Amino acid sequence: MEKKLRQRAGSGKQTGESRRLLGVTYAFLGIFLCLMGYIAYFQFEKSEQFINNPYNRRQELFAERVVRGNIYSADGVTLAETVTDEEGNETRKYPGGRIFAHVVGYSGHGRTGIEAAANFSLLRSNIFYVEKAVSDLQGEKSPGDSVTTTLDYDIQLRAFDALGRYDGAVVVMEPETGKILAMVSKPDFDPNTIDADWEELTSDDAEEDSVLLNRATQGLYPPGSTFKLLTTLAYMRQNPEDYETYSFQCTGSYTKGNKTIHCHNRKSHGSEDLMTSFANSCNSSYASLGLTLDIPEFQALCDSMLFNSELPVSFEYSESSFVLSGQDDAAAVMETAIGQGKTLVTPFHMALLTSAIANDGVLMRPYVIDHVTDAEGNLVTQYQPRQYRELLSGEEAAVLQEYMRYVVEHGTAESLKSDLYEAAGKTGSAEFSSNTDASHSWFVGYAHQENGKPDIAVAVLVEDSGIGSEYAVPIAQEIFEEYYREEE
Amino acid sequence: MTNLIVETSKYLMLFLFACYTYECFAAFRGSLTEEKKNRIFSRQIVLMYLIHLDGYLAVYAVTDDVMQILFYALQVLFAGVTLLCYRLLYPRSSRLLANNMCMLLLIGFLILTRLSEQLAFRQFVIAGIAMAATLILPYIVRKAHFLRKLTWVFAAVGIMGLGLVALLGRTDYGAKLAVEVLGVTIQPSEFIKVIFVFFVAGLFSEGNDFGRVCLGSAVAAVHVLILVASRDLGGALIFFVTYLVMLYVATGKLFYLAGGMLAGSIAAVAAYNLFSHVQVRVIAWKDPLSVIDNEGYQICQSLFAIGTGGWFGMGLYQGMPERIPVVEQDFIYSAIAEELGGIFALCLLMVCVSCLLMIFYMAMQVRENFYRLIALGLGTVYGFQVFLTIGGVTKFIPSTGVTLPFVSYGGSSLLSTMALFAIVQGICILRQDKEGAHGKKAAAKSRERKTDR
Repeated sequence: MEKKLRQRAGSGKQTGESRRLLGVTYAFLGIFLCLMGYIAYFQFEKSEQFINNPYNRRQELFAERVVRGNIYSADGVTLAETVTDEEGNETRKYPGGRIFAHVVGYSGHGRTGIEAAANFSLLRSNIFYVEKAVSDLQGEKSPGDSVTTTLDYDIQLRAFDALGRYDGAVVVMEPETGKILAMVSKPDFDPNTIDADWEELTSDDAEEDSVLLNRATQGLYPPGSTFKLLTTLAYMRQNPEDYETYSFQCTGSYTKGNKTIHCHNRKSHGSEDLMTSFANSCNSSYASLGLTLDIPEFQALCDSMLFNSELPVSFEYSESSFVLSGQDDAAAVMETAIGQGKTLVTPFHMALLTSAIANDGVLMRPYVIDHVTDAEGNLVTQYQPRQYRELLSGEEAAVLQEYMRYVVEHGTAESLKSDLYEAAGKTGSAEFSSNTDASHSWFVGYAHQENGKPDIAVAVLVEDSGIGSEYAVPIAQEIFEEYYREEE
Repeated sequence: MTNLIVETSKYLMLFLFACYTYECFAAFRGSLTEEKKNRIFSRQIVLMYLIHLDGYLAVYAVTDDVMQILFYALQVLFAGVTLLCYRLLYPRSSRLLANNMCMLLLIGFLILTRLSEQLAFRQFVIAGIAMAATLILPYIVRKAHFLRKLTWVFAAVGIMGLGLVALLGRTDYGAKLAVEVLGVTIQPSEFIKVIFVFFVAGLFSEGNDFGRVCLGSAVAAVHVLILVASRDLGGALIFFVTYLVMLYVATGKLFYLAGGMLAGSIAAVAAYNLFSHVQVRVIAWKDPLSVIDNEGYQICQSLFAIGTGGWFGMGLYQGMPERIPVVEQDFIYSAIAEELGGIFALCLLMVCVSCLLMIFYMAMQVRENFYRLIALGLGTVYGFQVFLTIGGVTKFIPSTGVTLPFVSYGGSSLLSTMALFAIVQGICILRQDKEGAHGKKAAAKSRERKTDR
């Protein structure tokens, strides 16, 4: 066809004009090819984002023809299923109950968690076409596809039990892949009775407890001393030559202007370098160190660490915030450097940062849906680990790994020493109110086993408890024990 | 059972329409004999009827309405009469364009029936009238040499027509597009597009000196500005691009094209900063999900429809196209993509592209400057309109609110596009007249050339 057009153009009397006509034709062909390419790209890549949007009422159309599929844990335990009684009434059952309440979510009064994220998959039926046609003919619904998650039943159960009666959140991830192995939030609810409990759960009293809120991804907390990971990284970046020669004489407190920062229990840590300041979680040292930092650079670093920005996940979450400007006074800078101030993070975000450090600086895209199968168990879609981006360099990650190891060997998380695995991490106690001494207890860290199972990273937050080493660290320990238990 | 019919009909229709689309492009192959080409076009007609039958089987299965069978039969008759008229009255007209026109009309009837039976029937009646009214046009184009003398009449009619709408028009969706005459709503800009092409062709076929360029540009600018003032951004863009393309081809000066585009870009930026309704469209284009409750509602609904439909579609009556505002007009392409499938929608786009190629191909062949420019201009109007509407509903470009020729509901749009195709058919016939007049030698030489109907 092209040859013919050209030949025509050449044979015209006014070859110039014909050539321009040909040019216009090609220009039109060009824009139409782009348009077709874009439409194909939209169908392949972008459409899922629109299909899964809660505003898309078309999802309900599928529910008329398909029985909602099941949700399984990675080890095959059913977490959600639809039971149809003799009269054809469908009930959504959650055998995982309260343990998986937030992460699996519910489908009824709106949708949350995996029920929301995988809604489209659960309402699609990929069974063999003839069988679908047969059920169509008989006026029956087709069974929907099932979703297998990355969640590990035992680890989730252990984390749930370990958190006990406290409110808080636990996130467990595999840094190498981004798989989410467990995600617990308390207070919890029973998704099996959500219809009956709905009024109570959304009443004013319950609103205060925010039972339905997934604290792991949506709860915003001051990071406390766990934030020293970022302050340390900022100091290293701004003093690449001589951060190793940093030294500080701790007297239990540090004063600048009329603001005094105290170490925990006003303990005086004596002479410290950067690593021992980190391991001792020395507030005085970090307050002094924070004052030497270039604030805009510090802000840029935190922004690049996913503060004030979107996280690469498909389920509901809150954005962490870090706000500090050159105009802020010394008190604000010192508070921020030790993880108080206006900074707010979600436990999930801290788990991502810890994963990136454990994975030599590279953050993998976190994911909770491992694969989708049809009702007969044939694979429909397998999700693969994908790199998100390098948050920090391998060298920086190595230094932070060393410091976090030191916290376990000689610092605030000594109880994590084990023969089975090598743990590393950072504790924190975040003061959340000026009226009370109580604080949120934090631990972020990871465990490594030479020639063993892949590393795991955890973020633990225990609300209104006390210091990290007392409340959060034992929970992390139980998770590590559970994870490496089978190898014994 | 209904589901099974709908589903089967969906896949069958995809397959048949893909075959039809293939034949559209197969007809362009240079080495085909007359006989082979005719066989292709006959196959297309068979495919067209099968697709149409397949679609209405699904419609009947779902609605269980006997009236639909009657309506279907009327459509079959209409398409048959249309094709027959062209073959008998204008045996040398392009069969590809005639086939495609009928195919697109039938797809339009089908999807409109699904959306609103009432509108579908009205569209059908308008199509019948428009068909009858435009059947004479190829003859007029061929015989009426006075057309090229009316250059300034065309300019005056165009400006007055648009001006009247701007002053007296009714406001729909924020734009002044239509006037009501004796209870009939008319959208004059649809017809003025065609008249405008005649004006530009008349002007530049006599010469392309600087004075003419200035005059032409001034008249074009008045057209465009009136449309911008009426908030018909899509219309303004079509006039603007058509003029630039015709100017460039007629004068051969890349400078005009570049200058025009630069001026257009500056005007676009200015319009963005000055008018909130332009900003709204750009915001809705950039990130529709963030403004889904307001500006982005329509485009989001459209993308939900296209996305949920996927490659194979939901099947007729199985989607929710009625959730898209103005779905029968500007957003009909989304309804087609949702229920008939993304593959079907892409094929539809390619059928439109094959029409455009055919029109440009004729422009290359016709020897007279005047008609060459008319074919070029009409092709540009048609092609760019297709691009604006499909690009707009798929969020490739900001939505400008134009209709999909032959498919969207709307009398003015239908009548003007039919007129456009009829004029092109006239040029197609004319081209062969001239070749014949050149004598036997030329005729023998161009034997192969004649075959591309």
